[in-house]
Amino acid sequence: MVASPPPSIRPDSPELADQAGEWRSAYVHIPFCARICPYCDFAVVEGRQDLVDRYVSALVSEISMSVDWDTLDAVFIGGGTPSQVAPMLIGEILESLNDKFGLVDGVEVSMEANPEDITARSSRGYRAAGVNRLSMGVQSFDDVVLTALGRQHTGGQALRAIEDARSVFERLSIDLMYGDPTETEASWDRTLDSALAAGADHISAYSLTVELGTPLSRAVAAGAPAPDDDVQADRWERAAERLSERLIRYEVSNYATDAPCKYNLATWAQGEYVAFGLGAHGHRNGIRTRNLRRLDRYIETVEAGQRPIAGETVGSGWDRELERLMLGLRRTAGVVAGAAGQKLLEDHPEFVDAGIIEQREGRIVVVKPLLTDTVIREVLAVPPQE
Amino acid sequence: MSEYIRNLSIIAHIDHGKSTLADRLMEHTGAVTEREMREQLLDTMDLERERGITIKAQSVRLSHEYQGHDYQINLIDTPGHVDFSYEVSRSLAACDGAVLLVDAAQGAQAQTLANAYLAIEAGLEIVPVINKIDLPSADPAAASAEIAAILGGDPEDVLAVSAKTGQGISELLDRIIERIPKPSGDLDAPLRALVFDSYFDTYRGVVCSIRVVDGRIRKGEQVLFMATGDKHAANELAVSTPRILPVDQLNAGEVGLLITGVKHIDQIRVGDTVTLVSRPASEPLEGYDEPKPMVFSGLFPSDGDDFERLREALEKLQLNDASLIWEPETSRALGFGFRVGFLGLLHMEIVRERLEREYNLDLVSTAPSVAYRVTLTDDSVIEIRSPQDLPHLTSVAQLEEPYVRAMILSPSEYIGTIMDLVQSRRGAMHHMQYLTPDRVELIYELPLAEVVFDFFDHLKSRTRGYASLDYEPTGYRVSDLVKVDILLAGLPVDAFSTITHRAKAVQYGKGMVETLRELIPRQMFDVPIQAAIGGNIISRETVKARRKDVLAKCYGGDISRKRKLLEKQKEGKKRMKMVGAVEVPQEAFVAALRVDTSDR
Repeated sequence: MVASPPPSIRPDSPELADQAGEWRSAYVHIPFCARICPYCDFAVVEGRQDLVDRYVSALVSEISMSVDWDTLDAVFIGGGTPSQVAPMLIGEILESLNDKFGLVDGVEVSMEANPEDITARSSRGYRAAGVNRLSMGVQSFDDVVLTALGRQHTGGQALRAIEDARSVFERLSIDLMYGDPTETEASWDRTLDSALAAGADHISAYSLTVELGTPLSRAVAAGAPAPDDDVQADRWERAAERLSERLIRYEVSNYATDAPCKYNLATWAQGEYVAFGLGAHGHRNGIRTRNLRRLDRYIETVEAGQRPIAGETVGSGWDRELERLMLGLRRTAGVVAGAAGQKLLEDHPEFVDAGIIEQREGRIVVVKPLLTDTVIREVLAVPPQE
Repeated sequence: MSEYIRNLSIIAHIDHGKSTLADRLMEHTGAVTEREMREQLLDTMDLERERGITIKAQSVRLSHEYQGHDYQINLIDTPGHVDFSYEVSRSLAACDGAVLLVDAAQGAQAQTLANAYLAIEAGLEIVPVINKIDLPSADPAAASAEIAAILGGDPEDVLAVSAKTGQGISELLDRIIERIPKPSGDLDAPLRALVFDSYFDTYRGVVCSIRVVDGRIRKGEQVLFMATGDKHAANELAVSTPRILPVDQLNAGEVGLLITGVKHIDQIRVGDTVTLVSRPASEPLEGYDEPKPMVFSGLFPSDGDDFERLREALEKLQLNDASLIWEPETSRALGFGFRVGFLGLLHMEIVRERLEREYNLDLVSTAPSVAYRVTLTDDSVIEIRSPQDLPHLTSVAQLEEPYVRAMILSPSEYIGTIMDLVQSRRGAMHHMQYLTPDRVELIYELPLAEVVFDFFDHLKSRTRGYASLDYEPTGYRVSDLVKVDILLAGLPVDAFSTITHRAKAVQYGKGMVETLRELIPRQMFDVPIQAAIGGNIISRETVKARRKDVLAKCYGGDISRKRKLLEKQKEGKKRMKMVGAVEVPQEAFVAALRVDTSDR
């Protein structure tokens, strides 16, 4: 186990980025949503609140069936909408993780929540259950945009929820989403203003992405306006500029005042994590596993005493080397070049020439984050080196 | 013997029912049973079936009883597309007559007429037939009158059939025997047989279609090909019924197949005369001109490693297509490939499709060009088949381009729109004649370059498909031509250069630049696209640099999926060609075809 970094270290520091690979974390998936957002392609279910108790029991069983491992540095409860599950049940999940693996002192326990579920009371409940970092799915403070995104809350509700949560949680993150065709430059500016004023210590700003198989993708195929890449580039740049007034960007879409999200930082450092719940992906001993994605089958499999694994991917040593770069390049801190990185630099001088990447003390850093995938596509095609 | 032989072709426009008629004749004479009957039996290549056109001439022997005698009818198929008219004259040389088949609803088409004139010039007896009389839209009286007017005969003389229902087929067979002369020729004279086609068979080697004019040929005899001077043994003789039936001999007047064991089609020249080594003829038969390619295009393998495979595939294709010619070509943009000559655009499309489909090649083809004649300042004359071969203008004294005489047949209501089109293509009217009160024949002189690309498509759309076209080369004319270069990111791209008339250069350059701007994806940097004549930029557009190319999220649950997505996108990029530092999709290299230089 590696000790948590002192708060004086910047969230975008190379030391922290690399050290994160040693952290042990757990991901817990809660698939329940009051309404599924049209752009979402995660493992989610709508209107199955009746199954919450059984699902949480299944989660607890799945955790207990898991192979023993080290003490956890970070836990992330994501969704879906974890705040659709009562604090008491979240407490049971955390307790079973503690029983199974143990949690380090100062463990980071993040949980995603929707503003409409968060009150001072529910905040206190989740805090008491062990959650110490709340990640609020705000997306926008503009009601026009919120409606277009199919969200169930208003900007005003989001502000009140943040107010309530902030009195309880020392660490609060806000998720924002830009680039919906109804959003204007002014609207995005106001959203950024509100997010900054809300006093969160962490902000994630994502572009609205049309994922295959979603209602949004069907609407676009049928002629609805699609998000525009150039507009989204403008919005990203605006976000980077404004949010840097108070926070530091440490990944393509993530900003923090001092402490980054440990679980995510570990992911980008190719760290290992156990994963529980519907469609959850784990990473242990170089093997990536994925859980069943259909709710009834997940529950039945676990209730029958079996682990709900749907499949696993074992990469070669070189595959993992390329994956290390693919993940690491998303960070502001970049990634240690290594064999694949050196080859990339040799074969693709155009990336340096075009000012997309830079070499810094043995690391490769993407200095135009909006073009990260232009680089990663070539990374993934680097042939194995001696 | 030859008294009971008839050799003929069917001349018809695409879709006028030639293949159906051939099928019906075969069925009626018992050449094939109904069970064996496949639609359009004579069109054997997949592509021919798909496109409903005949590319290679095939022949079939039928037998028909007439007034107590068994007659041998040799049906020699002819291609029906303007690109392949040389194959038509080839086939006609083996015939004594022709059935002129016209759709009773559509009337005669330019193509049919051109081929009918070829047949008449070759001294063939024409049997006029109108087809599809079963169709409600058929107008047999008008169609018969039209044919009679064209051929100068009596409308009563035109036979009405339905190849679909079989109506009139028996009468047609009788008419063929009555009208078409028996083959002339002397059985006792030294052997003279015309090679009118050849094809490559994997098991037999090169198979020659021959028409024995004089004498006879027996299996096993030593034969001399008079033009090439090569001697071979007549290992096998056969006739196609359409099953291949071996025979021991072929006599004057007969049509059949000669197999000599020759393995490469280069060694056989279509149009050559076969005679016997033991008793050679003194004079060969009149042969015919080699087909002359009129359109040239660069063919490059997408993957440079496939260059040798492309060469082998072209060689194999040439086994069955002597009209295909090529020479190696090097392009800065596309690497090593071949400059290939084609008879026309359809021929080009067919060859390209066959190369990709049958030889599993992935090809990039450049915009087609005609052959220009360049007189240099030192008075020497060169022919160039690619714009990139045009010498620097300071050393060019004069440029000439090939012209054609185009015949257009159309309902007269479309005269105005046809004239507009031809004028926008630098055409000059030569002649106009009303065939019937509402059908007109227009003769134009116009540059081949204006015809070969999309002229026919435009003609069809302007006349709702009613007009038909045929053309023949009439030689070179001096023309005010310029070379338009296209520059990507400041560098001229050889594969995009075009030679065009000065009056159209700006329109072409603009069109090309706009088309490329749509086709070239955004890159890491701005890509200026310019069109230039000499050093003068005549048009410019910019593909703005790509600004956003990153996934919003990549978390623990996404890694394998996101990786696959990016790898797939990378695969897609492999189909791009690197031109300097610019990634250019393959379809951009034929973008010139999409540039419309007609008046809009």
